[in-house]
Amino acid sequence: MSVKLTEEMLTALPDARGHFGAFGGRFVSETLMDSLMTLEREYLRLKNDPEFQSTFDKDLADYVGRPSPLYFAERLTRETGGAQIWLKREDLNHTGAHKVNNTIGQALLASFLGKKRIIAETGAGQHGVATATVCARLGLECHVFMGADDVQRQSLNVYRMKLLGAQVHAVQSGSRTLKDAMNDAMRDWVTNVEDTFYIIGTVAGPHPYPLLVRDFQSVIGRETRRQSLEKTGKLPDALVACVGGGSNAIGMFYPFLTDESVQLYGVEAGGHGIETGEHAAPLCAGRPGVLHGNRTYLMEDDDGQIASTHSVSAGLDYPGVGPEHSWLKDIGRANYVSVTDEEALEAFRMLTLVEGIMPALESAHAVAYAVKLAATMDKDQMVVINVSGRGDKDIHTVAQLDGIEL
Amino acid sequence: MSRIEGVLQTLKGQGRKALIPFITAGDPHPDETVGLMHTMVDAGVDIIELGVPFSDPMADGPVIQLACERALKHGTSLRRVLAMVSEFRKTNDATPVVLMGYLNPIEAMGYEAFADAAVEAGVDGVLTVDLPPEEADDVAPMFAKRGLDPIFLLAPTTTDERIRAIADHSSGYVYYVSFNGVTGAAKINVDEVAAKVAHIHELTALPVGVGFGIRDAETAAAVGRVSDGVIVGSVLVDTIARNQTDIDALKRALTDLLNPMREALDSLAS
Repeated sequence: MSVKLTEEMLTALPDARGHFGAFGGRFVSETLMDSLMTLEREYLRLKNDPEFQSTFDKDLADYVGRPSPLYFAERLTRETGGAQIWLKREDLNHTGAHKVNNTIGQALLASFLGKKRIIAETGAGQHGVATATVCARLGLECHVFMGADDVQRQSLNVYRMKLLGAQVHAVQSGSRTLKDAMNDAMRDWVTNVEDTFYIIGTVAGPHPYPLLVRDFQSVIGRETRRQSLEKTGKLPDALVACVGGGSNAIGMFYPFLTDESVQLYGVEAGGHGIETGEHAAPLCAGRPGVLHGNRTYLMEDDDGQIASTHSVSAGLDYPGVGPEHSWLKDIGRANYVSVTDEEALEAFRMLTLVEGIMPALESAHAVAYAVKLAATMDKDQMVVINVSGRGDKDIHTVAQLDGIEL
Repeated sequence: MSRIEGVLQTLKGQGRKALIPFITAGDPHPDETVGLMHTMVDAGVDIIELGVPFSDPMADGPVIQLACERALKHGTSLRRVLAMVSEFRKTNDATPVVLMGYLNPIEAMGYEAFADAAVEAGVDGVLTVDLPPEEADDVAPMFAKRGLDPIFLLAPTTTDERIRAIADHSSGYVYYVSFNGVTGAAKINVDEVAAKVAHIHELTALPVGVGFGIRDAETAAAVGRVSDGVIVGSVLVDTIARNQTDIDALKRALTDLLNPMREALDSLAS
């Protein structure tokens, strides 16, 4: 089933039209095509430009605080009683999540392209905060689109964005979550395409976004690979990351794709349980379709209408997923699984109590699955969890579920 | 010759411009759509663009988003839209019908199954907003082989190279989007449209319809003067929204909007 991937196969993807096998591509209205083609051309040029790369690397080191540590969770390992559990600490980045790796890169692209107005969509608000942050630093005008329901449940991040000088637009249409925020960001972009740069927060969207976001986030996996060899003398046996759009997961997985011995696990939001239909797990329970500029696994009904999703975690509450994940699923290189809201909340509490590390509810999905997985593995094996963000933003949600008014 | 080509050629011979209304199928209710189509034909329209509702209409403004929501609430699936066209064809064999919408409902039905069913129903053309010609290598020929005109968008940002490539994939007409933006916005600049359409005419022999921002007889005439046809959408859909509960009043309101546009366009005839 699984295909042995080689470096040559990977460098050939995506193809010239942005396809990863049957997935990806560029499905947008004509108005945006020229802008996307310019972005692709400029990115492919800058990707190999030493000045661009050294500026990016310097910002990641001095502004974001990279490399983020690879930490051995000794007590969690003991409690679990299986493989060694290590944590890749993206929660320690400036702004508290992996999202900033990508916004640094895209804002740099925007500067090279001479665009002064930035737009972004956000679910949990982490990408919005990361975008507002780099805009504040570079003096760029920033507009963040956020579903009205998410504005409600992530009010802390909304206020952070405002403090950073961004305008937050609450999106009232559709299901009032991440997908609707992305619709409105696209509408703004089509209207202001001449002077606006759209910083997409995940590895979805039209080509070249899945490519460039993956490249910017791959620093996570490159560091993990090096740190793992330095600290343990070997590669991990398994990597576990949560998947909404899938940017932290692809960033972790990509540098390991040709390492056959490393098992990859993407954890989707099982919501109230896959069997209830109330979840956000297109790779586990969806089928291929076209949304937001790319062909990928989607949650949709028989008529091709996009289904509403549910997850306790706003950042995973999205009916699609990055096209490269769809491809990795179909060729059998990565495994996609799900955990429920309840399991994720339990993992949130466990990591907080056992390690003193409060993960974002998104990342807690990865923790929940990794603990189950580690328990089935040998003590000399090694699992790395990507702790993609910190959980401060979720304290209100967790308190509310406990019936506590803060 | 397709029904669309026939109608546009006849109009050209008469020195007249096409009036092309857009409404969302199933809005305000699936049972009313065919009646509204006949009303618009009686008001003098030449081709009907029938919107296939989609849950996430990214290229549309609030007016058409809400129309999609109303239509979907009443279960307007792509198959049901095709059934509406069949019903319309029972008494109208002359007016071309173009389905306009987003790719995913067609992808979910299956391209071949859709193309066969569309021809069977009497559909003449298909315009898929989020399907640029680069992704239509398989689909456009599949449509063309069955006599369905693949219709693509051109925009102010479209380069000459792309205009030629898009025209190569198209038949029937090309749809020029008059400004950078979503449907229903009011920012049309007729001088800019005139310059771009004249340029498009130099690059392709296909008729050019212009849509986005045409709200009344005055803008229709101004745009009709420089193009082969005008596409009128949001102002009609907004009229439907405001007269949802009284269908007779709605039909009168649509007629009152379309009649002056028809007259204004025909007053251009030389």
